[in-house]
Amino acid sequence: MSIADSPRTKSAVTANETGGGPLFDAEEERRARARRVEQIARWVLPALVMALAIWFWDRIVVWNEIPHYVLPGPGLVAKTLVQDWGTLSQALVVTLKITAMALAVAVIGGVGLAVLFTQSKFAEMCFSPFAVILQVTPIVSIAPLIFIYIESRLVGLLLCAWIVAFFPILANTTLGLKSADHNLRDLMTIYRASRWQRLRFLQLPSALPYFLGGLRIAGGLALIGAVVAEYVAGTGGIGSGLAFRILEAGYRLNIPRMFAALLLIALTGVVIYMTTSLISHLALRKWHESALKRD
Amino acid sequence: MSSHDRMIKPLGQRETVLRMQEVDKTFNGGVVALRRLSLDVNQGDFISLLGPSGCGKSTALRLIAGLMSPTLGRITWEGGQGQDDLGVVFQEPTLMPWATVARNVHLPFRLRGQSYAAVKDRIEEALSLVGLEKFSNSYPRELSGGMKMRVSIARALVTNPRVILMDEPFAALDEITRQKLNDDLLSLKAKTGATVVFVTHSVFESVFLSDRILVMAARPGRIIKEIIVDAPYPRGIEWRTAPEYSAIARETSDTLHGALAPGETH
Repeated sequence: MSIADSPRTKSAVTANETGGGPLFDAEEERRARARRVEQIARWVLPALVMALAIWFWDRIVVWNEIPHYVLPGPGLVAKTLVQDWGTLSQALVVTLKITAMALAVAVIGGVGLAVLFTQSKFAEMCFSPFAVILQVTPIVSIAPLIFIYIESRLVGLLLCAWIVAFFPILANTTLGLKSADHNLRDLMTIYRASRWQRLRFLQLPSALPYFLGGLRIAGGLALIGAVVAEYVAGTGGIGSGLAFRILEAGYRLNIPRMFAALLLIALTGVVIYMTTSLISHLALRKWHESALKRD
Repeated sequence: MSSHDRMIKPLGQRETVLRMQEVDKTFNGGVVALRRLSLDVNQGDFISLLGPSGCGKSTALRLIAGLMSPTLGRITWEGGQGQDDLGVVFQEPTLMPWATVARNVHLPFRLRGQSYAAVKDRIEEALSLVGLEKFSNSYPRELSGGMKMRVSIARALVTNPRVILMDEPFAALDEITRQKLNDDLLSLKAKTGATVVFVTHSVFESVFLSDRILVMAARPGRIIKEIIVDAPYPRGIEWRTAPEYSAIARETSDTLHGALAPGETH
């Protein structure tokens, strides 16, 4: 297309006709509109697609007359969620408690080990193989042993969830502690900073974005660890979490309740992810590249 | 700073602050980075270490900073070493991105246990010396490259150190910003009486800024000539266009090129 016959957009022409000269640029205008549309679509689209999917699920069940013990419709799942809320909420609290505790211990253990590793290379050489082995061995295969050796069900579950959750925190924080700017490290030496000051004023802040990245992964993993461990632990009765409720409902062919419990687990995962993302955003928004708005 | 003002005496009458005697530095593997480097840094000097890359000028700076120790020879501080020996400006601004400008400048004090409140006046003074008093609550990412460098300079001089080391601080900046910062550095120096050791590979920068230029050569790194620039401070645009300036720049440039091995082109 030659320059001569390039199409003039309507807005540019209007601007010229008002006599004030080209007050706005057609391309910029288009870009701004695209941005606004994207802003709205970011929320509306996923909600719309989700609603459609649920409606479609419902239609499949109705049209094919699928019995509820094979595939319950979304309405029935919601009804079950309300009806069984007493049992399910108790189970949710148990799962949440284990997840939160495991995550807390993973943070303490992961950051603690990372600090130890960066303070002493020899400690890292000695212990990092253990960390890797714990990470690469599937938790489902370790869990039965754990429940043999550990009397308390709660401690066993906690340990399983911790094993799964602590490694990303350890690995990320170690990386972060080591990636402090080398000139700033020299500056610390020149000002004769102590080991503690170096850690406190340079390494820990440098590691914060890395740690928070690890935390986001670990949050989801702690939940997975808690659920998987409970599957392995099996019997429970009082003080059982959502995984146990799913197993139990499965034995009784109470499929709607299985779905309801599953829904709760998924929601919990989403809430955990959103919480850790929010924490990350709040902690970094003022200075870190990842939290900056770009236009 | 104003309370600690130091008078700059004429060249030749200044007391020595730091003495490097016959310093050798050999790196692991046998590379001789510096050979027989002797250098007295005097109170009020503005010394430029000028040379091609690989001449050991940055190594000399790191030795003074105590980031490495000499293989042979001695580095002695007059009156012993103390807390306020050094301020450093690197080639990059080297600021903590998570801390505000004021908190960055506070760092040297913080490391010796002095709270922000206790030294607030000195921090504000240092920031106003570099013209950033309005930006004390900004984060480094909100500043331009030149402004970040100013913060770095404020941090280096906030403790009123005996010697400020600068390792090609303006090399990464554009020419206009660079000239402005050169001007400002000189007016800072005039105000504070700071002693500066400045590493650069720019002939013009060294002639504009310093009163002593130490021309260095590579393989092995050594000082081949000291050129005195006896022009009064403050220096401004008149100095950039003065005939003496051109003459000294010419002499410095010739010395530098004479020291390059025949195969090396500039």
